[in-house]
Amino acid sequence: MSADLHDLGFLEVAEALTQKRASSEELTMALLARSEELESKLNSLTWFNREAVLAEARAADAARAAGDNRPYLGVPIAIKDLLNVKGQPCTAGSRILKGYVAPYDATVIARLRAAGCVFVSRTNTDEFAMGGSTETSAYGTTRNPWDTDRVPGGSSGGSAAAVAARLAPAALASDTGGSIRQPAAFCGVTGLKPTYGRVSRYGCTAFASSLDQIGPIARSVEDATAVYQVIAGLDPHDSTTAARPVDDCLPNVRAARDLKGLKLGLPKEYFVDGLHPEVEQLTRAAVAQCRALGAEIVDVELPHSKYGIACYYVLAPAEASANLARYDGVRYGFRAEAEDLQEMYEQTRAQGFGAEVKRRVILGTYVLSSGFHDAYYLRAQKVRTLIRRDFDRVFARCDAILGPVTPSPAFRVGEKTADPVQMYLGDIFTANVNLAGICGLSVPCGFTTGGLPAGLHIIGPAFADARILQIGAAYQHATEWHKQQPKI
Amino acid sequence: MNDFIASIGLEVHVQLKTRTKLFCAFPAHEEGDPNVAVCPVCLGLPGAMPVMNGEAIRQTVKTGLMIGSRIALRSTFDRKNYFYPDMPKNFQISQQAAPLCLGGAVEIDVGGQPKTIRVNHIHQEEDAAKITHLENSSEIDFNRASTPLMELVTEPDMASPDEAMAFLIALKEMLIYAGISDCNLELGQVRCDVNSSVRPAGTDLLGVKCEIKNMNTFKGIHRALTYELARQVEVLRSGGMLVQETRRWDDEAGVTLPMRSKEYAHDYRYFPEPDLPPVVLDAATVEAWRAELPELPAVKRARFIRDYGLPEYDVGVLTADQALAEFFEAAAQQSKNCKAVSNWVMGELLRALGEQGLGIADAKITPRALAALIALVDAKTINMPAAKEVFQVLFEKGGDPAAVVKEKGLAQVSDAGAIDGFAERAIAANEKVAAEFRGGKETALMFLVGQVMKLSRGKANPQLAAEALRRKLRG
Amino acid sequence: MAMRFSENADRMDVRYVAGLARIALSDAEAARLQGQLDDILAFVGELKKLDVSGVEVTDVATEAQNAWRADVPIAGLEREATLANAPLARHGQFVVPKVIE
Ligand SMILES: [Mg+2]
Ligand SMILES: [Zn+2]
Repeated sequence: MSADLHDLGFLEVAEALTQKRASSEELTMALLARSEELESKLNSLTWFNREAVLAEARAADAARAAGDNRPYLGVPIAIKDLLNVKGQPCTAGSRILKGYVAPYDATVIARLRAAGCVFVSRTNTDEFAMGGSTETSAYGTTRNPWDTDRVPGGSSGGSAAAVAARLAPAALASDTGGSIRQPAAFCGVTGLKPTYGRVSRYGCTAFASSLDQIGPIARSVEDATAVYQVIAGLDPHDSTTAARPVDDCLPNVRAARDLKGLKLGLPKEYFVDGLHPEVEQLTRAAVAQCRALGAEIVDVELPHSKYGIACYYVLAPAEASANLARYDGVRYGFRAEAEDLQEMYEQTRAQGFGAEVKRRVILGTYVLSSGFHDAYYLRAQKVRTLIRRDFDRVFARCDAILGPVTPSPAFRVGEKTADPVQMYLGDIFTANVNLAGICGLSVPCGFTTGGLPAGLHIIGPAFADARILQIGAAYQHATEWHKQQPKI
Repeated sequence: MNDFIASIGLEVHVQLKTRTKLFCAFPAHEEGDPNVAVCPVCLGLPGAMPVMNGEAIRQTVKTGLMIGSRIALRSTFDRKNYFYPDMPKNFQISQQAAPLCLGGAVEIDVGGQPKTIRVNHIHQEEDAAKITHLENSSEIDFNRASTPLMELVTEPDMASPDEAMAFLIALKEMLIYAGISDCNLELGQVRCDVNSSVRPAGTDLLGVKCEIKNMNTFKGIHRALTYELARQVEVLRSGGMLVQETRRWDDEAGVTLPMRSKEYAHDYRYFPEPDLPPVVLDAATVEAWRAELPELPAVKRARFIRDYGLPEYDVGVLTADQALAEFFEAAAQQSKNCKAVSNWVMGELLRALGEQGLGIADAKITPRALAALIALVDAKTINMPAAKEVFQVLFEKGGDPAAVVKEKGLAQVSDAGAIDGFAERAIAANEKVAAEFRGGKETALMFLVGQVMKLSRGKANPQLAAEALRRKLRG
Repeated sequence: MAMRFSENADRMDVRYVAGLARIALSDAEAARLQGQLDDILAFVGELKKLDVSGVEVTDVATEAQNAWRADVPIAGLEREATLANAPLARHGQFVVPKVIE
């Protein structure tokens, strides 16, 4: 049986453990073996919990044998190398945090730990989650399991690639401008960016605090829902989390079969020149499938969406310039040798940060600096309001919005690294969702003729996370795209 | 200096008296070993997030209410960006766009001249870590990082170092009174940035401003300002130009010196703190906090003069300590002799407390007992020496003064027959003095009264004794 | 999706801004960044075309308000854990090279 263990998804693993068809130790061994086999090709992991993971798995097995029946006890999960797990390294894909060992658990980690999960590995990320291809990591580029000449997307490319390649049944990731949904689409897996304030960010190395949100990447909407249920909810350590209760939506998601009675909007701005024709065709086919499942499809407008990327590339770097100021070589992480403090600061940050991080920190510093603050930062804050209002208007008459996740399928490694603006445009359909603070789901919706996956984007209003999960589940129940496996 | 006018504005940073830090639940005001009172938040670890201490908000708003500020019903926090190793995140969470308290004023009095010093605003912010500069390195202790501060920014309304001093003293008194801060200057609980400028008399436009950073004693502020204003006048008199700059006070040398700083040091790049939701207050909350405020010292002083007919000196002593003022007031309300209550509180009570190093809360005597004791004196039931003896018992053990008087047999003898007897014995034993009185030496009577007191072992009513002696001697 | 950027976009003083951000740049790096940042600024400068008069800002993205904590202390990090990641520590303190004001 152990040859197939790595193929099990999050809920299948939980079931196998509950029914004692497998042990956590066996599962973990299978993942370890597969990771060792495939990582030379993928580089999706920055660290594998080699020493401790088997002991943790055995402890979970012992607890279960002793009557502990927590449903996720002993289920392995991979964690984006941005989230702090006590006692594990947390590099954020950066040289500046090389050797840093987290002294505390992120809230999402504490909740998964309480649920019994085992943190099997850490997944590669663009440096400080800044990037759309997992090429900016100081620990090397991650490869797309469907075509290792191509990027897995980013910044959660490690999580998406690891889940797609069956190195973990599910992974945690984070999404600031599309960093869960875009790699999920590129790697043919399912990714949820929850509503802002739905999942605690405490312990998630901050990129842009008003946009960041942690969510699951998994093999199915059901699996993503299961992980989401564990991590969501009010957290006294994160004042931006909402005080709303988190309903148990897993039974409804599992039972979702059709979309009857739902009105889904199709924004004309999401089907424009430059959208890859095969991605457009796959998205439209998915929309047709939703109609066939009983949804009413209506045309809608999001007139300010074309300003989303520009708005995002003012606000996110501005916040990042402050969030990354703490990496100065004083209290932790890398420190450059220097005669005096100023030189230490400037050299530590010059040598510790990669090119993309420097670019964004400098951009963010500029848009906040005296004389330019109003023209860029303040204006972008107002444009953000306009973008939010666009969505408010659409959601006044629609239950959710459908569209493509990405303007193209996975591109080649190195293809866009020289042209930041082209790279930034990859977030064109996703960043607006973060700016509006609403929720978005990416589900696999087919393959290009070249065999590359594409994703259907299901966008819901704030705190309608359960609703988009149900829509995604109904779609997956009617389709087989999410069950396809890359041959590596 | 007479041909120049000085304008002084203060930015006063006050550490609030909370149990925990501003943004994390770790003890504030920790003394002792370095880096023992820190957590991921105040150490600025990756992923750590601030959580607001509601008590700090309450105290800052109460300060605003005391000085008549308008309280913002929606207030937000901003990041103030600058690199310095005492700031763990390399930004300070502060308030710029929408501070908690706007406007307000503090009344001061210098040499009998009352003056109003306007306050621009009060905002909430976090304190920095403690940094020790050594020859080739600096050491940092983050215990103090994120201790709650409020920063009170005045208008440039003070015209002399004395006025600046008077402002700080008045503010300190108020904050201690309301339990908002201990204002312990030695512990750095009050720190000031001092802005000053001078302009020729007869002109309106403020002169070029210089800022002296990080002053932590009132005396130092007075000295620094005295020096700095003279320096500025001297520059202008000699035809020079002042530049807007930041200076520091060298206490040993007694001079202010320009601080070398890079040109971009002041580009703070403020923007809203995304991790903290706005503070939203409703009128009911603000009014509930207002109800918690103590009466301000200045208001209390005026009321004591008006309601109890006390001289200004007494009022000053009684209101210096809020507990003492409360004790006085409780006793005065049960007494017909407010001035006597004041005398007893300022005299015997403070003496007894001082001798034993006690606070008012440690005294066993109740305001009611003190009032009753004074009533016994006024009714001539006991005389003053006896009253002091009773007081000492009440102070140490508590109890009812009448009972103590009875127990110790201290009641005055006012019985005419008994006093007459003492008077006759005193005259008989001191014929020579009696003759002097009869000869017109009025002062001789006092000696004989003393003898009566002696014979009665202090219990005779001295006035009755004097009357009896006169009657007998003239008789 | 090809973008055309206006000719009169802002040019950033890259060295000055990098100084504000405390990042040393080599000459080659500064030159490369100048070109890329000029492009990016021209791109984000598109926002200037929008009329935003009368539009309020989105300052705090959460619906939460206040979210205050009670003023009750709890235990912090052990000092060993506090200093474990320190590049240089002495006498229980973090040590940095001398500060030149
Ligand atoms: Mg300040
Ligand atoms: Zn702390």
